[in-house]
Amino acid sequence: MTVAISLKDVRKNFGPTEIIRGVTLDINQGERHAIIGPNGAGKSTMFHLISGRLKVSSGAIELKGEDVTHLQPYEINRRGLSRSFQVTNIFPKLSVYENIRCAVLWSLGYRYSFWRFVDRLQDANERAAEIMEMIGLSSRHDVPAGVLAYAEQRALEIGITIAGGADVIMLDEPTAGMSHAETEQAVALIRKVSEGRTLIMVEHDMGVVFGLADRISVLVYGQIIASDAPQAIRANPAVREAYLGEEAHA
Amino acid sequence: MMGGFRILLAFVALAAGLVIAPYVFSSGVALTMMSLMGVMIIFALSYNILLGQTGLLSFGHAVYYGLAGFCAAHAMNLIAANKLPIPLPAVPLIGAAAGLFFGVIFGAVSTRRAGTVFAMISLGLGELVAAFALVLHTFFGGEEGIATNRVKLAPFFGYKFGPQIQVYYLIAFWCLVCIILMYALTRTPFGRMCNAVRDNPERAEFIGYSTQRVRFQAFVLSAVFAGIAGSLAAINFELMNSQAVGAATSGQVLLMTFVGGIGNFAGPIIGAVLITFLQISLSDVTKAWMLYFGLLFILVVMYVPGGIAGWLALHRPLLRGGRIFKLVPIYALTAIPAAALVFGCILLIELAHHMLVEAHTDGPMLSVFRVSMNGASIGPWLSALVLFFGGAIGLRALWPRVGDAWAIAMNDKSEEAAP
Repeated sequence: MTVAISLKDVRKNFGPTEIIRGVTLDINQGERHAIIGPNGAGKSTMFHLISGRLKVSSGAIELKGEDVTHLQPYEINRRGLSRSFQVTNIFPKLSVYENIRCAVLWSLGYRYSFWRFVDRLQDANERAAEIMEMIGLSSRHDVPAGVLAYAEQRALEIGITIAGGADVIMLDEPTAGMSHAETEQAVALIRKVSEGRTLIMVEHDMGVVFGLADRISVLVYGQIIASDAPQAIRANPAVREAYLGEEAHA
Repeated sequence: MMGGFRILLAFVALAAGLVIAPYVFSSGVALTMMSLMGVMIIFALSYNILLGQTGLLSFGHAVYYGLAGFCAAHAMNLIAANKLPIPLPAVPLIGAAAGLFFGVIFGAVSTRRAGTVFAMISLGLGELVAAFALVLHTFFGGEEGIATNRVKLAPFFGYKFGPQIQVYYLIAFWCLVCIILMYALTRTPFGRMCNAVRDNPERAEFIGYSTQRVRFQAFVLSAVFAGIAGSLAAINFELMNSQAVGAATSGQVLLMTFVGGIGNFAGPIIGAVLITFLQISLSDVTKAWMLYFGLLFILVVMYVPGGIAGWLALHRPLLRGGRIFKLVPIYALTAIPAAALVFGCILLIELAHHMLVEAHTDGPMLSVFRVSMNGASIGPWLSALVLFFGGAIGLRALWPRVGDAWAIAMNDKSEEAAP
């Protein structure tokens, strides 16, 4: 099986504090991989390192066999990795549609072009309309993204993440702060958008994690203490002791 | 497609307006003023590529306007001296090339970062070029500047561009071309990514775009259009001096763009027309005109951050149902204390300015709105204070009612729209 993302002894310090303490992890292509762990374990930091937002202190990160350790976020994105953020990160003044359309432009080769009208780019507009339909925001076409309801903004966040057609998708706590019903909708959406792609997600809701993931890695104090199938993780005594506790029994 | 047709209609109307304007306002002063307005419209719109579209606050945009103006003046002298077959209407292309050249050089330095760093670098570069302008006599011509003569260039279909009316039409042509091009720019993938970078640069990086490249490209394009404006200024005045690259000119374009409204494409056009008009007409009426600009700027920043265009755009949803007429009574009522406040303010400024600056040479008598008064007596001061505070109190009292009227008008509209 081909490896989508490979972390090799990745470390990250903030001053004297080591947040990520030698993580080695392979995530296979087409896998739905969840990263769980207590608050402050370094899950989001790991996301930032993989997506290029933060630079590693040592170690290497490969994306589909290519070393991306020292690349800029946009260079990593162009190589087929796209991510969402824990705190909603959209273009608040642009319309919902424009948010999605901006996100499809690069992948269709329009780059920095200033000699074509964006309204006339049939492929970009079709793709954007498709994504709008998929994330269920077609009726909110012209609404400025900043005024959407929270759950809608989270859906838009996922829409922006997948719009460019990246085959590796990273979602940082996609259901955080949602009601039960909203979470169910979000899970259905995640299931739909991750089909045929590699999905890596950080998530606190164990129901979501065990319902979605093919494999789960447990991060505690900057180290992976276990990486296995959901059932094995549930049964792993070290994991139960370090993190799952009550939630594993639930 | 409907939108496209409406935009086409707007451009046709604009073109017609530009053609007809000299017949409506035919005086010499009006022609000079309208020529300058055309130049300033291009300049302000080019500035808004940075500020409004890409979110880059520059304090040194005059650099590209001024340097291109000097290049154009030198080019015109060169063309005339060597009898080159380049007609005057092509000179703005030289300005554009100069803008491109300096935009690439200075843009490479300044667009590495956005926000405060960018603003500070733009200020530094502006000061640098302004300082150079005083030292480098061969290029900037010292205090006298570089003079040129547009009539000496090869005629263009028989036109020698001596009379101001011919220059007006030359500027109007370039103004229309630049407005269309800059509008088109906002509708391209690049234009949309400028907005995306303005809204959320971090997110833009995660959808494949280098924010630095977007900023750089916006900066260069903005400099190109500023260059066209600068070269038209050189053609219009037949003189460029170091003021054109200075901080005052950079401040002026910021003022025009902001007062007009940075969030709306038409904003800088409105701002350029209004400020140019005020600049020329106010400087004839009062010596304190700079103070009025300062006040206007502060008031817009504080109370109408969207500028005039933004304020007008607020009313657009009300246009559809004709609900806007519901606002007429309250607006008319509010206009009374507002006018009192403005008159009181003007009176206070004029009295203070006269007594502090001019009274010791000209005596205490002054004339405001053609009414002569004695600045040393209590009467005018008292009237000014009564108008000012009366207006302020009246406005404060009426303001909540404006809000209520707004809410009612808006709600009516939503009821109508509901099925």
